[in-house]
Amino acid sequence: MSDPVTLLKKAKEAGKKVVGFYCVFAPQELILAAGALGFSLCATKEEPIADGEKSLPRNFCPLIKSSYGFAVTDKCPYFLYSDLIVGETTCDGKKKMFELMSDFKPVHVMKLPQSYLDDNDKAYWLSEVEKLKTVLETTLDAKITEEGLVQAIRILNEERLLMQELAGLMKADPVPVTGQDLLKLMWGRNFVFDRAQFAEQMKEMISDVKEIIASGKGAFPKGAKRVIVTGVPTGVGAEKVLKIIEDCGAAVVYIENCAGMKQFVTLVDESKPPMEAIAEKYLNTPCSCMSPNPRRMEYLGQLVEDYRADGVVDIVWQGCHTYNVESRIVKDFLKKNSKTQFLHIETDYSQGDAEQIKTRVQAFLEMMN
Amino acid sequence: MEVNKKIVAGIDAGSTTVKVTLYDGTRMESWLGLAGWNPRAEATALLQQAVVNWGTDLDGLAYVIGTGYGRVNLPFVSKSMTEITCHAKGGSFLYPGVGTVIDIGGQDAKAIRVDGNGKVTDFIMNDKCAAGTGRFIQVIANALGLDVVGMLQLELLPGEEVCTINSMCTVFAESEVIGLLNQGHSRQAIMAGIYQSIASRIIAMAATICPEAPVVFTGGVSQNVCLCAALENKLNMPVIVPDKAVFAGAIGAALYAWDEVTK
Repeated sequence: MSDPVTLLKKAKEAGKKVVGFYCVFAPQELILAAGALGFSLCATKEEPIADGEKSLPRNFCPLIKSSYGFAVTDKCPYFLYSDLIVGETTCDGKKKMFELMSDFKPVHVMKLPQSYLDDNDKAYWLSEVEKLKTVLETTLDAKITEEGLVQAIRILNEERLLMQELAGLMKADPVPVTGQDLLKLMWGRNFVFDRAQFAEQMKEMISDVKEIIASGKGAFPKGAKRVIVTGVPTGVGAEKVLKIIEDCGAAVVYIENCAGMKQFVTLVDESKPPMEAIAEKYLNTPCSCMSPNPRRMEYLGQLVEDYRADGVVDIVWQGCHTYNVESRIVKDFLKKNSKTQFLHIETDYSQGDAEQIKTRVQAFLEMMN
Repeated sequence: MEVNKKIVAGIDAGSTTVKVTLYDGTRMESWLGLAGWNPRAEATALLQQAVVNWGTDLDGLAYVIGTGYGRVNLPFVSKSMTEITCHAKGGSFLYPGVGTVIDIGGQDAKAIRVDGNGKVTDFIMNDKCAAGTGRFIQVIANALGLDVVGMLQLELLPGEEVCTINSMCTVFAESEVIGLLNQGHSRQAIMAGIYQSIASRIIAMAATICPEAPVVFTGGVSQNVCLCAALENKLNMPVIVPDKAVFAGAIGAALYAWDEVTK
């Protein structure tokens, strides 16, 4: 396979438009229906943070600083080749960062409501999704048809079902693959050029993992402690805590956050009018920026049962106030509704606190004995 | 040499000191040494001294558990466990029925909820900064020209007001203290302010685990009676410092080692 830069160049030469986004709130069906390639942009590496800090406060979360650092230095090829960036107001830091970004790139920011529960918020979000449709059509000089949307919904729903199937295989004991490998498998979806080919690759991976299960082998010995990871996105490059958990001998059996399954657990309802159904699916994302966020609790409660989790680790980036505060709610909820152990870890992308985190994680695992 | 009895050891290799506890089911003894720049060598030397004093040799140890920061780098250990688990066990051995263990060592602080068996049910640990730890006190005492003993001999004059220290970052707090000295504040007023600020920070951290009495204070900093009083005051609960509180981690490790050879 060619490197991303070559693939991007070729696609652009062939007249393809590219849309970059950062967040699972960005309605990917619209990008696909506009005939464009959609990519999730780089934001999970430590290296560009120093460049991000030239314009942003140091006490911002590492994700915002990393994404901005990548963007401003042209180190993210997907950003470089994007015709449009779709941003979103998931936090104050990001929304102000997008203002700076719009100085050197076309950026459209979708303004999220504060809740997914109220009807007026739902109606408002639908209007934001409709606005994005117009922006995409104008910027990309494309027409988004109802038929195109229906097809895009079908393609992405199939991917979601494949991701659900893959994640579901982690219920096995012994756990077939490490959580870190699972993350890499899911991460590939951020950079897909050919969706049909990607779906085929997914199916192959699923059958490979099924073979591992059938052989009775696994990435960890049978009976290894089972941990669910939740909280902020822990993408490839920012999987420090996942690695520490697995180095300590426990299996990460489920990644609930945005780098993992959060975007795949609900489908777009194919029986409803496409725009309405798309708006509904994306607004239902159980992100801590929503207030209140009961869906995350209900969902975690179910996951703990389904995946027979011994513990839940809530990872929070320094400076992410909403996830940091919500951690108390998660802790209380799990204490009340399950027997699972809970650990809150606040960190960033650096390795400076790896030993301290290791001590916490080991103590957490020792609590389960 | 008592040949029929199994002897186990717990080694707590902390950031500042190394502690060794030997145990044979009835007899228990503990030793302490400085960690220095080579904690592995210091721990080895201390363990050797301990076995000689006990009347055995290294081969006479049936099981050795290492804990503390240096646990990953200790020779002779059969297994390593975290200081969180060991302090809970040790704290509950030193004070049976303990509900919460507060352990403050050279470079970290922890609050641990403990069940009736000395098992951890919840814990919280300070993040990577040194605020509220032994190192913090050391840096400030140094700026005030005080040593560990001198620090505890300070007393407020009648009617003297305690200084308020706002910075919790060790480096910033040092600057703040120097500023206060230059404004003419006394060392005792500044040091009392430091204890207040550390106690506030520890109590705020511990609030997450809902501390339950009785509270036992362990680790090197437990020997600081002034900080202990400040903790009691802020927590509004008695804070117990058992004899051997400094050894709680090593004792816990030795007890877990004993479990290993008797299970």
